[in-house]
Amino acid sequence: MDDPRALLQVRDLTAQFNRDGVPSRVVNGISFDIAPGEAVGFVGESGCGKSVTARAIMRLAPEGSSVAWGGRILFRGRDLLRIEEREMRDMRGRRIAMVFQDPMTSLNPVMTVGAQIDDMLCRHAGLSRRAARRRTVELLGLVGIRDPALRADDHPHQFSGGMRQRVLIAIAVSCQPDLLIADEPTTALDVTVQAQILRLLMRLGRELGMALMLITHDFGVIAGMVERVYVMHGGDIVESGEVDALFAGPQHPYTRALLAAVPRIETAGRTT
Amino acid sequence: MVAIGFVMLAALLAIVILGPVIAPYSPSKTSPGSLAGPSAAHWLGTDSIGRDVLSRLIIGGRGTLLITVVAVAIALAAGLVLGLVSGYVGGRVDQAIMRVLDVVFAFPVFLLAIAVVAALGPTLQNLILTIAIVYTPTLARVVRGPVLSVKRWDHVEAARSVGVGEFAIAIRHVLPLVVSPILVQTSLTLANTIFTVTALSFLGLGPPPPDPNWGSMLAEARQFMELAPLTVIGPAAAIVFASLTFIVLANGLREMLDVGSR
Repeated sequence: MDDPRALLQVRDLTAQFNRDGVPSRVVNGISFDIAPGEAVGFVGESGCGKSVTARAIMRLAPEGSSVAWGGRILFRGRDLLRIEEREMRDMRGRRIAMVFQDPMTSLNPVMTVGAQIDDMLCRHAGLSRRAARRRTVELLGLVGIRDPALRADDHPHQFSGGMRQRVLIAIAVSCQPDLLIADEPTTALDVTVQAQILRLLMRLGRELGMALMLITHDFGVIAGMVERVYVMHGGDIVESGEVDALFAGPQHPYTRALLAAVPRIETAGRTT
Repeated sequence: MVAIGFVMLAALLAIVILGPVIAPYSPSKTSPGSLAGPSAAHWLGTDSIGRDVLSRLIIGGRGTLLITVVAVAIALAAGLVLGLVSGYVGGRVDQAIMRVLDVVFAFPVFLLAIAVVAALGPTLQNLILTIAIVYTPTLARVVRGPVLSVKRWDHVEAARSVGVGEFAIAIRHVLPLVVSPILVQTSLTLANTIFTVTALSFLGLGPPPPDPNWGSMLAEARQFMELAPLTVIGPAAAIVFASLTFIVLANGLREMLDVGSR
């Protein structure tokens, strides 16, 4: 299990919320590895602790709540739960980046999308405004936005949901992070757009050599996208393995239940 | 609505800025014939010692509006800082700041003004400072409220997730989203402050004579109201017009910016 080549090694991670003095544990000491450039899926129903796990890696507590983390999160040998906030801030965006669930609300509505990417590049890559804008246009093109030079001066409300998610992905990959965490990146999108966004994430992962942590409640999203899967339930990892093996022979009853929940066209007619 | 407000504001500013150029007489120059009615020489007549009412109105507006604008600017700056820190940082800092502001807020405006002026003397600075202190809590609250909600929005967490520091988040990702209620409240505060300034001047707590201002003109003219009604109607109309300007502007801004529907 202790693979020295691993990019991220999580050991005995726990997360405990404190609501009105009553502690409630949402992650029960989970351990997993992510290798450089690897695409890993995390599947489970809402409330199973997968988003909290992602936020632990970013060390972001949900606003307005206090959360206590335990265990270790080793990222390139540094324990993210123990480094200074200043160092962590440098990690965010530059080494580890995140794509959020709802693209409609994850962009600053009063800044142009270009300015939001420029900001990132100036902060982390130390580019001048002019150089940052050139790179911003490249990035917008890279994530598949047409006329990127023109669209960079538009505000978020001038973009559709799918396009906004592309912008958020452009922001996330702007500094070529080693690890990209995508927390339900397609849940808020139209079905037709979902596949495009997933393919974009996979392509960028390959082209930029990023490891990808794809969090979802939908096994259909995971299939064909990632190499390995961790199934989470009630704050534990109940099953893990190669995605093909897991699909072929799920061991844990919860995994079987999740797989059975994926709608299939060929069975849809028969079940009625 | 907002267009009307801006036209009124432009007229007000033009009169105030061009005051010395367009005023027909010096505001302290006396001419024979006190309490005279309107004439070609004195459109709004003269006051009790023969000074031109129109000229005094124009020049007096400069003093009143200068105090108003400077005081509100100070209150706005203080309110922005206190409201943003209070709302964004939250917790004990929020509690501490808001309790202090509550205490200030609890003081009646005039009581506080009379106390300050009695203790420190009726100077321009004291008057401005008093009014600024009085209106800081209102503006701080208007800033704090929306900050409390905006700081929980997703884009703030998204900004944090790419390594933006807390200070930069507060300035670039929270503050720009709360400007509309602040604009509206600032305009309303300007309207209120005009009343406060003239009322304090009326009570003799305003800037010392001989500089004319609308409040003291009203106070002087009060005794001769029946003999020369224009000496009272003039400053009264000016006060109403100036306040109305900012109220109309505030309403227009509110409609235009659609505060609260976001």
